[in-house]
Amino acid sequence: MMTRIFAAAALALGLSAGASALEGDAHAPEKHEWEHNGPFGTYDDHAVQRGFQIYQEVCASCHSMDLMRFRNLGQRGGPFEAEGFPNPNDNPVVMQIAASYQVQDGPNDDGDMFMRPGLPSDAFPAPFENEQQARVSNGGAYPPDLSLIVKARGGGADYIRSLLLGYEEAPEDAHLSPGQYYNAYFEGGAIAMAPPLAEGIVSYADGTEATVEQMAEDVVTFLTWAGDPHMEARKQMGIMVLMYLFIFAILVYLAYRQIWANVKH
Amino acid sequence: MSGPSTYKPSTGIEKWLDSRLPIIRLGYDSFVDFPTPRNLNYWWTFGGILAVFLMIQIISGIVLAMHYVAHEDYAFDSVQRITRDVPFGWLIQSMHANGASFFFVAVYLHMFRGLYYGSYKAPREILWILGVVIYLLMMATAFMGYVLPWGQMSYWGAMVITNLIGALPFVGDAIREWLWGGFSVGQATLNRFFSLHYLLPFVIAGVVGLHIWALHVPGNGNPAGLEIKDPKKDALPFHPYYTVKDGFAIIVYLMVFATFVFYMPGVLGHADNYIEADPLVTPAHIVPEWYFLPFYAILRAVTFDIGPIDAKLGGVLAMFGAIAILFVLPWLDTSKVRSMRYRPLTRWFFIFFVIAALGLGWCGAKNPDDPVPLLGFKFVYLAQFLTLYYFAYFVVILPVLGIIEKPKDRPASIEASVLGNDKS
Repeated sequence: MMTRIFAAAALALGLSAGASALEGDAHAPEKHEWEHNGPFGTYDDHAVQRGFQIYQEVCASCHSMDLMRFRNLGQRGGPFEAEGFPNPNDNPVVMQIAASYQVQDGPNDDGDMFMRPGLPSDAFPAPFENEQQARVSNGGAYPPDLSLIVKARGGGADYIRSLLLGYEEAPEDAHLSPGQYYNAYFEGGAIAMAPPLAEGIVSYADGTEATVEQMAEDVVTFLTWAGDPHMEARKQMGIMVLMYLFIFAILVYLAYRQIWANVKH
Repeated sequence: MSGPSTYKPSTGIEKWLDSRLPIIRLGYDSFVDFPTPRNLNYWWTFGGILAVFLMIQIISGIVLAMHYVAHEDYAFDSVQRITRDVPFGWLIQSMHANGASFFFVAVYLHMFRGLYYGSYKAPREILWILGVVIYLLMMATAFMGYVLPWGQMSYWGAMVITNLIGALPFVGDAIREWLWGGFSVGQATLNRFFSLHYLLPFVIAGVVGLHIWALHVPGNGNPAGLEIKDPKKDALPFHPYYTVKDGFAIIVYLMVFATFVFYMPGVLGHADNYIEADPLVTPAHIVPEWYFLPFYAILRAVTFDIGPIDAKLGGVLAMFGAIAILFVLPWLDTSKVRSMRYRPLTRWFFIFFVIAALGLGWCGAKNPDDPVPLLGFKFVYLAQFLTLYYFAYFVVILPVLGIIEKPKDRPASIEASVLGNDKS
């Protein structure tokens, strides 16, 4: 609530430059109740796990996540954090996920590069060698890196979710080039990304029904976590700091009253 | 204001030190026994708050510099690495980024305090000018600091601001290339901005020392705008009276700061700065950090040529003029009355000045061609009107009102103002 009041005040004063990023003819993102919203909100770990599955099976064919390491999945606040494995590099789930990828390493003593199974310390593999290759495979468009995508777009998680669900029939006056799709939430309306989610495109490991809505919510929760992996630690520490300062303020205020008690001012 | 020193070294080591380097005496006279007007209100606590934030910025900045890489290929990732992998890096980075904003909030309140209570008037002209120097240094430091994360807004903000220099006739292009260290904002620019961003806070700390020195010669101003006549009646020792009052204000301010650091660390930033700098892609709207918006609005308000000065140069001159005019303010205000409490007419013009400054900030955040809500005309016209008022306040309103205004009766002394005895 506090967050919203302050954010609203900041918006009203025109301080938040995010406001200007939302201008233009695109639809304003649809508000969604996220479990991680608010001063006490935490990530839904199961949603982050399912979202990671969506990323692996759908998004990762075009989008990189250069800032992510497999170990991040098992760190404090991560979706596969497990009791008994304070070092995420020892986490068996993380090791298994990493090992399911083949990663280039080297050079070895013979000067050759070689492939080996991934380790928790390895980065998420990128789908393309370089930007040129990515563009050539995507009709000239460059699929952005997703590590920070929720922070890097005005509207944040609401915007990404709206975008994923916002594909619709192009209106008469829309100018779409071949390989472009119409999305009312995208600035300009013409987006090169094909509608990425379709009913049953993945089958969730935990048995959740893979509706388009469900998948959008899960993958955005995962991306929000990826962009802000220490949010839970941040909010927990914030409560302690604010309580400490509040008690400190009361004590100092009482001292102030005491010291100034006999002074006219 | 410091009278004869009342410091009495009590232990042997203090006596030994006092006859060689009387540094404890200096501290005692300046921050313990210093006679401070008894009528200071909470507007006088921002000096202490600013000192705290200078320290927060320097300490968090030194830690960040241990992990930051000033290279155009690695700078963006290194800042992300700090927030992701450095222990408590997310906290230190958030404190430093939001600390800049809170530093500016405090400095603006401190300056408005000075404008309202006439803190710039004799014998405090040098004190005021040193303050304006600190403010200028803060702006330079903040501007260069914002470039370091090397996001889109970092890069393009640097591009816009450095390009302003190019508007200077004859020498502009040469100076701009010299600042860049090349033919565009690039590796050389990033590296020198990092170097200067590390240097300038220590220069600020030095000027703050001078600022406090200049403060301690005439002593604090105060809401009544009167000097201390009898320290026994008009003043209180700084400690414990003002250490505890400043301390309370600092803690309350830190609570607001903590709310931002922990619960909305990105709300004052811009989404585009989470995209790595790309010289080939210009963001749709390039906006500076909020604390520069009023000056950005003044820059863009000049849309017409003035004689041989084209609109671009005119805007640059107006923007720098808006700060430069603060240096001569002590000689523009003709009134001998310090506090606007006793200036019934001027205080209304001051209140509108504050509104104009906030309004200019609003204009700076908006597209100049968009219509103003309710008013209907374009933002650029609002910015032009408010810019006109900004300058008129200093060069017309203050000089003229000082002569024609009849001030209210002032109390005879600070003590009398406190006791409510307003008749002299």
